[in-house]
Amino acid sequence: MDTSMKRRILLKGSLAASALSVAVGAGLLTPKAVLAAWSETAFTAKQIPDALNALYGSNSLEEVDSINIKAPDIAENGAVVPVTVSTSMGNVESISVIAAENPVPLIASFNLGEGGVPFVSTRIKMGKSGDVIAVVKADGKLFSTRKPVKVTIGGCGG
Amino acid sequence: MAKKSIKIRAKLKNDEITVKALMTHPMESGTRKNSKTGELVPAHYIQEVKCEVAGKNVMTAHWNGGVSKNPYLSFKFKGANKGDMLTLTWVDNKGNSESGQAKIG
Repeated sequence: MDTSMKRRILLKGSLAASALSVAVGAGLLTPKAVLAAWSETAFTAKQIPDALNALYGSNSLEEVDSINIKAPDIAENGAVVPVTVSTSMGNVESISVIAAENPVPLIASFNLGEGGVPFVSTRIKMGKSGDVIAVVKADGKLFSTRKPVKVTIGGCGG
Repeated sequence: MAKKSIKIRAKLKNDEITVKALMTHPMESGTRKNSKTGELVPAHYIQEVKCEVAGKNVMTAHWNGGVSKNPYLSFKFKGANKGDMLTLTWVDNKGNSESGQAKIG
């Protein structure tokens, strides 16, 4: 093989590589191996659809019964509200927790890694009474369910 | 470091490992006001929590200041054995980072 031929192959290879990186950067390709970085847009968005668009590139949610949110009906202290999300769905890639009435609704997003089981539990802050929404990404689609939580600040009734 | 700021428990049961972790962090959302001065307390919260077992990423969590102070995190995964070392690392919005380890029991 002469030099010019080698150069042609090299050029081809680098072109293909750059096209791929552009596609990844634009969010067209999101394979599991490429872990998304923390999204400032998503985690500072004031509206839920904006946050979902930034996080998942889509905001169309399908309401389902197969996601289970465990959270108190009445939370005495809005600063610490335990929330557990689990689902029986398969191929779950990501689980997000949203407090609908918070100034910044998207609170946490959990990306399951290798061997991940769709179960996450954490404690969140809630500004006032409202729905806790769990968004599950499975098979490339977004599913959600919600549960109302009443927050009684100071324990004097809401 | 004098005090352990991350507490981790990892337990294997029926093929599933349940991880429970407690971190020490103020988790300031940046919207709270200082009650004395009336000034906004600057945001200071954990942005990313990563959990690895034997070089494999088993969980990545992205957070903002909406997670409670001294955050608690629990999750489950499959595919590790008793005695494997689990490493949990967090990075906050000021670029601070800390990590802790626990053996799966």
